[in-house]
Amino acid sequence: MIEIRNIRKSFGDKTVIDGVSALMKPGQCNLIIGISGSGKTVLMKCMVGLFQPDSGEVLYDGKDFTNMKSDEKTDVRKEIGMLFQGSALFDSLTVEQNVMFPLNMFTNNSYRTNLKRVNEVLAKVNLQDTNKKFPAELSGGMKKRVGIARAIVLNPKYLFCDEPNSGLDPQTSMVIDRLIRDITEEYQITTVVNTHDMNSVMENGDYIIYMYEGRKEWEGNRKEIIFSKSQRLNDFIFASEFLKDAKDMRMLEETGKIANERDMTQLTDQDAPTLVPPPDEE
Amino acid sequence: MKIIGEIGQYLLMIKGMLSRPESMKMYWKEFIHQCSDIGIGSLGIVMIISIFMGAVSTVQTAYQLVSPLIPKSSIAQIVRDTVILEFAPTLICIVLAGVVGSKIASELGNMRVSEQIDALEIMGINTKTYLVLPKILAALLVIPMLVVIAAVLGIWGGRLAGSMADIISNSTFDKGLLEGFLPYNVFFALVKAYTFAFLISSVPAYFGYYVQGGSLEIGRASTKAVVTSCILILFADYILAALLL
Repeated sequence: MIEIRNIRKSFGDKTVIDGVSALMKPGQCNLIIGISGSGKTVLMKCMVGLFQPDSGEVLYDGKDFTNMKSDEKTDVRKEIGMLFQGSALFDSLTVEQNVMFPLNMFTNNSYRTNLKRVNEVLAKVNLQDTNKKFPAELSGGMKKRVGIARAIVLNPKYLFCDEPNSGLDPQTSMVIDRLIRDITEEYQITTVVNTHDMNSVMENGDYIIYMYEGRKEWEGNRKEIIFSKSQRLNDFIFASEFLKDAKDMRMLEETGKIANERDMTQLTDQDAPTLVPPPDEE
Repeated sequence: MKIIGEIGQYLLMIKGMLSRPESMKMYWKEFIHQCSDIGIGSLGIVMIISIFMGAVSTVQTAYQLVSPLIPKSSIAQIVRDTVILEFAPTLICIVLAGVVGSKIASELGNMRVSEQIDALEIMGINTKTYLVLPKILAALLVIPMLVVIAAVLGIWGGRLAGSMADIISNSTFDKGLLEGFLPYNVFFALVKAYTFAFLISSVPAYFGYYVQGGSLEIGRASTKAVVTSCILILFADYILAALLL
């Protein structure tokens, strides 16, 4: 479990994160969404310790990460896996060497044991037979999957993904989203995803925080986001007419007013705003 | 004020890299890789420059020594001392600042920009220790070796040019080499080599490690690293000469 309490971060005179708090639970995908420049990446970098917050705390299973000594931070970091926006694979190493790197650095296992583990995680991300390829020989989606494999090879308790779908086609994005969800549920990892991909929000948003100008504007889950009254959130999520229609569809489906798309024609525009979210099944 | 800040950040980087390695096996591998990169990678250019440097020294010294009162063996003495004291350590290190320095700065700069350094940090690896320290240690081991090779090849190049151009016979050259030889000069050359090796590796590492922006900034950092290293080498050359000679 990761808890952030009142995180603040400024660069010069500009406040980038302004008092953000959130509780991110294991076994669920926790999404940070927002427009470009809203502070998502800075917040994530504060959480993993790449930036030191000006004030506030980041707690990993109750332990205050922000005020830890360097050695203690290193111990926590060994339990963190991170997928970067550009995958951040080591160019001079093969796929196998990239994924094996954390194992070589932090375990005394034999090469054979490490190779077995590498092949396991590569199979998990559907990348068998790519061991000897270099990152330059891989497609964007494959690089992301290698990045995920490297992030999970040490069985982390926390997985951070910085815009995992950026630069990918919708189909590959869905593959990556499903992979992140499967890994999160299977290993009961606390996953934090920084995204502005709406498909990810709707598929993986167990807990979502919406950032606006460094502040947490809204929080909830993927079901609640459809019924959000926040104008800024709605402007962000349902930016196009197509998505607005999709939202109305989803609202009507959720409330049981329609069973399928064809029923839409029988409804008027006035129906949607009056709808309220159905009671949570849990 | 900016330069004081940069010096402070450079010193903090040097201090920050002095920590216990997470895995000796991986650090050793990286150290050997860097030794090979810096040493073998620069050997060709060092050999070519050294031979021609010695050859030109012989020809130009002979051109200037027109007095029949000065023995021909003096040419070998002058070539020997020039090569050992100045050409091999300083000239070769300035060339290495370009070859090795730009490589270190651009490699680390690229790793910074493509978030590879962040990826290592998140894994719990001290990136200053893992990425900078092996480069500095490898340079401290390999560059003095290259300087010694350069000195030997420089003198040999001078001898070869002397005999080929019929300026000085091999036996006179050999006799001149042994006349008035001061082993302290070799010690001085090695002190210079170690000092320059540290500058050649640590200054570009600093510029590469702290690069911000994109590929344009990597290029700028690389150029800045080479220029700064060269200026510092010349400055250190003067200080060492003033102190030790």
